[in-house]
Amino acid sequence: MIHYPAVVVIASLLGAFIAGILAWVQERYTYPAALIATGISCAAAVWDLIYVAGHGPIAYHMAGWAPPMGIEYRIDTLNAMVLVLITAIAFLNLAASWPNVKQEMPDRSPSFYVMYLLFVVGLTGVASTGDLFNLYVLIEITSLSSYTMIALGDRDRGPISALNYVFVGVIGASFYLLGVGYIYIKTGTLNMAEFAAMIPNIQDSTTILTAFILCIVGVFIKMALFPLHVWLPNAYSYAPVGFARIVAPLMTKVMVYVMVRLMITVFGLDYIFIKLHIADTIVWLGTIAILAGGVMALAQTNLKKMLAYIIVCEIGYMVGGAWLGNDSGITGAVLHILNDGIMTFALFLAVGNMVYKLDRVEIKDLKGLFAGMPWTMTGFVLAAFSIVGVPPTCGFFSKWYLILGAFEAGAWHFAAALLISSLICAVLFFKVFEVCFFESPDTHDGPGSDAHGHHTTVAIQEAPAISLAVLGIAGISLIVVGLYSKTIVVRLIWPLLNP
Amino acid sequence: MTELFMLIAAKYNYWLYIILMMIGLYAMIAKNNLMKKLVGMNIFQTAIILFYVSIGFKHNATIPIIMGDHGHGGHGAAIHAADYINPVPHVLMLTAIVVSVATFGVAMALCVRVYQRYHTLEEDELRMRLSEK
Repeated sequence: MIHYPAVVVIASLLGAFIAGILAWVQERYTYPAALIATGISCAAAVWDLIYVAGHGPIAYHMAGWAPPMGIEYRIDTLNAMVLVLITAIAFLNLAASWPNVKQEMPDRSPSFYVMYLLFVVGLTGVASTGDLFNLYVLIEITSLSSYTMIALGDRDRGPISALNYVFVGVIGASFYLLGVGYIYIKTGTLNMAEFAAMIPNIQDSTTILTAFILCIVGVFIKMALFPLHVWLPNAYSYAPVGFARIVAPLMTKVMVYVMVRLMITVFGLDYIFIKLHIADTIVWLGTIAILAGGVMALAQTNLKKMLAYIIVCEIGYMVGGAWLGNDSGITGAVLHILNDGIMTFALFLAVGNMVYKLDRVEIKDLKGLFAGMPWTMTGFVLAAFSIVGVPPTCGFFSKWYLILGAFEAGAWHFAAALLISSLICAVLFFKVFEVCFFESPDTHDGPGSDAHGHHTTVAIQEAPAISLAVLGIAGISLIVVGLYSKTIVVRLIWPLLNP
Repeated sequence: MTELFMLIAAKYNYWLYIILMMIGLYAMIAKNNLMKKLVGMNIFQTAIILFYVSIGFKHNATIPIIMGDHGHGGHGAAIHAADYINPVPHVLMLTAIVVSVATFGVAMALCVRVYQRYHTLEEDELRMRLSEK
C-alpha cells in the first residue's frame, strides 16, 4: 500500500510534537525541525501529484480500516494540486520568514513554529480527507492554530481581531457540522464517496437540501464571501508577518477547495445545477463580492488592509466561477485556486520584506521604495501584474477561463464584474507604484534634491537574502505556472470534470 | 392546532436544539461583554452536540454493549441493530466536545490578553479605546 497520502499530513504532525519537545530542550533546534517536517510533507505531496497524474486517484485507508467504518484519504488530481500548493508555500514561507519571526517575536518563536506546523497539518488534512466529519475536525484544527497565531501579532489589536475571528469562525464551522448531521440522519454515512453514490436516489429529500445549504453557508463564512467577510481584513493585517504570508494565500483558498469538493464529489454537479435552482443567486453573490471587495480596497490607506480586501474580491472570482455551471467556469475557479495562492503569496512576501525594513506599511510611507528595495519591488510588481491579469503571468489564464465561462453561461454581470475588478486592481497597484517610484523619501526637504546619494538619516535597504530568494522563486513560478497552464488544465483539471 | 402541537411534541429534540442554538447566537450577537459572548458561543456549540446525541436514540433500545449470549461466546448468533442505540453520533460528539473545549480555552486566553491590555471586556469601551489611537 502506498503511504504517501498519510505522510503529507503526519510529517507535519510529528514535526509539531518534536518541535514542541525541542522548544523545552534546546530552543534553537525548533526551527530546523519545523523546516525538515514541512520539507518532508512537501516532497510527499509532490510524489502524490506525480503518482495521481499517471495512475489515477489513490484511496488510502487510515490505519487499515476500510471506508464505511474507517477514515479514508482520497487523493485525486484536484487534492494533489492543492496539497502541493499548501506544502510548497508552507515550506518556502518558513524559509523566508525566519528573519521576520526573529524580529517580531524573539521570545516566542518556538511556540510560533509549533502552531505553524499544526496549521499546516490542518490545511493538508482538509485537502486530503474523504470523510465529512473528519473534514470538520481538521477545519477546526486549522482555525484554532490560526486564532493563536493572529493573537501573536500586533499587540494592541491582534487579540481583539483574533477574538472576532473566533466568534465568526465558530459559527461557520458549527453550521457545517450541523449540515453533516443532517447528511448522517438521511444516509447513515459520513464517507464522501459512499454518500455520492446514494445521492441520485434521495435528490428530492428536503433533509438533503437543508444539509447542503447548511454546509455551503458554513463554508462561505469560513472563506469570507462578501457579506460574511468582516473578520478577514483585521485578522490578516494584524497577524505577524510570518503567519500572514501563509494564511492569506492558503486559508480562504482551501475553503474554496472544500466548496468545489462538496460540489463535484459529494453532492454532485447534477444535483446542484439540475435539481437546485440557486446557482444564479450565488453567481450574483460572487459578482457583488468582486465589486464590493474592489471598492473597499480602493478606500484603504494601509497596504496590508488593501491586499486583504483584494482577497475578498478574489473569493468572489472563485465562488462565482464555480457556480456558473459549465466546464470553463469550474476550470477557471480551480485554476484560480492555484494561481491566486501563488499570487497572494508573492504579494505578501514582498509586503513582509517591506514590513521588515519599514515596520509599518501605510501607502504614503512607501516613498522611494523602488530605489531602496529594487528586488522586493520587482517581485511586488510581477505579483501585482498577475492579480490585474497581464498575459504572461498566471493570473491572466484563470481569468480567461472565468470570462469564457461567464460568456457561455450568459452571466454578463459576472463577466462585467471581472473586467471592472481588473481595472480597479490596476488603479490600486498603480497608486502604490506611483508613491514607490516617483515620490522621493521624506529624508529630504528641498524639492530639487534627487533620490540617490543623500540618504542621511534612514536609508531603506534590501531585505535579507533568504527572503529575496523565496520571493524570486514565487515570482518565477508565477510565470512558469502561467506558461504551463494549458498542461495543468488538461492533465489535472479536466480528468476531474469528465471522469 | 392540535396537529401542530403533535408535530412539535413528536420532534421536540429538534425544536429544543434550535431554541438553544438561537439563544447562543443571540448572546453572541447582542451581548456587549466578551465573556457573555463566549458563554453564548458555548451554548451554540452545545446545542449542536445535543442534536447529534439525540439522533442516535431508539425506542426500547439499550446501550451498544453486546448482551449475554451475543458476547464472545456466542458466535454466529444474530445481533439486532434495533436493540441497541446508534453509538456513532455519540462517538463523533466526543471529538466535537474536545474541539469546543479547545476553542473555548483559546478564546478565554484571548480574553485574558485583551483584559491585560485594556482593563475592560466591554465591547463598546474597547471600540472607544481603539478609535482613540
